[in-house]
Amino acid sequence: MEKFTTHTGVGVPLRRSNVDTDQIIPAVYLKRVTRTGFEDALFAAWRGDSSFVLNQDAYRSGTVLVAGPDFGTGSSREHAVWALKDYGFRVVLASRFADIFRGNSGKQGLLAGQVAQEDIELLWKVLENKPGTEVTVNLVERTATADDVTVRFHVDDYTRWRLMEGLDDIGLTLQHEEEITAFEQDRAAWRPKTLPAKHLPPVDIEAARPV
Amino acid sequence: MAGTLAEKVWDAHLVRRGSDGAPDLLYIDLHLIHEVTSPQAFEGLRLAGRRLRRPDLTIATEDHNTPTLDIDQPIADLTSRTQIDTLRNNAAEFGVRIHSLGDADQGIVHQVGPQLGLTMPGLTVVCGDSHTSTHGAFGGLAFGIGTSEVEHVMATQTLPLAPFRTMAITVNGDLPPGTTSKDIILAIIAKIGTGGGQGYVLEYRGEAIRKLSMEARMTICNMSIEAGARAGMIAPDETTFEYIKGRPHAPEGADWDAAVEYWKTLRSDDDAEFDTEVVLEADDLEPFVTWGTNPGQGLPLSADVPVPEDIADENERVAAENAIRYMGLTAGAPLRSVAIDTVFIGSCTNGRIEDLRSVAKVVRGKKKADSLRVLVVPASARVRLQAEAEGLDKIFLDFGAEWRNAGCSMCLGMNPDQLAPGERSASTSNRNFEGRQGKGGRTHLVSPLVAAATAIRGTLSSLSDLDLPDDVDITSFDGSPLAPLDPNVMLQV
Repeated sequence: MEKFTTHTGVGVPLRRSNVDTDQIIPAVYLKRVTRTGFEDALFAAWRGDSSFVLNQDAYRSGTVLVAGPDFGTGSSREHAVWALKDYGFRVVLASRFADIFRGNSGKQGLLAGQVAQEDIELLWKVLENKPGTEVTVNLVERTATADDVTVRFHVDDYTRWRLMEGLDDIGLTLQHEEEITAFEQDRAAWRPKTLPAKHLPPVDIEAARPV
Repeated sequence: MAGTLAEKVWDAHLVRRGSDGAPDLLYIDLHLIHEVTSPQAFEGLRLAGRRLRRPDLTIATEDHNTPTLDIDQPIADLTSRTQIDTLRNNAAEFGVRIHSLGDADQGIVHQVGPQLGLTMPGLTVVCGDSHTSTHGAFGGLAFGIGTSEVEHVMATQTLPLAPFRTMAITVNGDLPPGTTSKDIILAIIAKIGTGGGQGYVLEYRGEAIRKLSMEARMTICNMSIEAGARAGMIAPDETTFEYIKGRPHAPEGADWDAAVEYWKTLRSDDDAEFDTEVVLEADDLEPFVTWGTNPGQGLPLSADVPVPEDIADENERVAAENAIRYMGLTAGAPLRSVAIDTVFIGSCTNGRIEDLRSVAKVVRGKKKADSLRVLVVPASARVRLQAEAEGLDKIFLDFGAEWRNAGCSMCLGMNPDQLAPGERSASTSNRNFEGRQGKGGRTHLVSPLVAAATAIRGTLSSLSDLDLPDDVDITSFDGSPLAPLDPNVMLQV
């Protein structure tokens, strides 16, 4: 994962609350089996509307999204984060995020910074009065600056550290593999196992791929 | 120290306590996978040369994309077919048990876990689907995860998780006739809002919850995510144990006794402290419907479409204006006057056998309104088989409904079951977002009983609008569990 310390790019004011992940990327685009190439699907339902913010030339190359409260609610689809990243966004600022979206963002290197709603309003004013204004997001200081407005954002310490170091979650966890194995030794017998399947005629399921 | 149910389950799965702001590392008991959120995770394992750590704690099914008609034919939509083929290939490569289309245990992942007896109290259950909260109805910690986390669980059988806050939602009293657990959860979401549960695990409790069947409890926990909460739970009791006992993967003999003894300890202590408490009186509830484009925009059916000018909060007023425009409604018009084009009965929220039985009791011997179509989609193939064994399919067909095969179907319209632009549904599913059921489609979330009454009358209706004979007992769900079928029964397609 790419290390993230500061980022500067065009700010995009998205004056909508409750932008759910179905709006960020409709379900029809989830049928792909790849991990990239979702840029065309971002906000697909709104992209056909010429007045939509990303259809205006000044905002088209945006990389910092400034959204209304409760961004990323609904479905857990990580495709929402991929679509934002594939389009070019590196940062989303909002006063509240859905938990799953926030978690997914941190894992993919998209910074979800929580900003007080009145500060969001200040950023919106700058970005709407001067379309194309760049926002500088400083993860070290946890600040976002557009023109003469600087606001503070919140991101938890652990996510910040991982973003700044560019660390992969699985690699971090596997450093503790011995503890996982020890935990598994004590697993109670009543806890379920999916294999062998109990109600079907027994069939041995084996991996075709050597492990 | 006194603890909540959620804290007890959390502590029992602690592999490693985080320090210096690092999250705790939790062991995952059961990982459910489906075709939409798993391909990129398997690809990630492959690219990193990692193995699937515990195939024996993993199970796959096909649900989001599967057609509900002509399931013996190749899937017409090429991208859907690719996704399903990819899941089958990945399951074969990594040694994962899979229930594919045509298998009696194929169906929506949140029905498959419980019906197989894999979902139990005190477990951690995850799936790349936000409605995984359903499994919390058994008294476990169950939540949806993103694809990166799916890959993480595949590789390590653990998840790093930051602590959550706890919210107790107490529902007192008795549900009035004609109302269901769906009305409870829609009323809760309308009360606390779609963001009200963010950062919380919800615990539903109180007299009205205790009286609910297991399936009715699943409906409530299922929609916890629509209140912004990642998980919802209900402490296990005799209703829970009764539901699990005898299912294919239920513990047996001494294991069963040990399990029940442990499960009985899984309740919030009397002096446990919750970060927030919410109280609801079930006696005051009416059938609830949504009028807007998020699940928090709901009202009792007897209400009128809101008038935006009357809403003080600017954000809410603008949201209401947008929603009313999108939904094609008239501010101030009675909700009962809204004409419906499609009634959808199904989904992981309300596609279970009790839901189908309750609808069948209402529509038996009647004809649907000419102006609409009715889709009945069982949550799993086994639910379909059970319904057919009980003769419910004939009741639906005589009523004029379409009797389909199992899957997520019109809940999210990833398969051909979609609304046309402008088409309006009364849907027993869980989300009324713009375009959720098809581009331009308009969704009203309802209970199965409201769906049934609406299908008869053509406009949003409840049982009180119907002239029902006294001997139809539509309020008592008998709660009888899905009888285990002959293991060799396969779908006749």
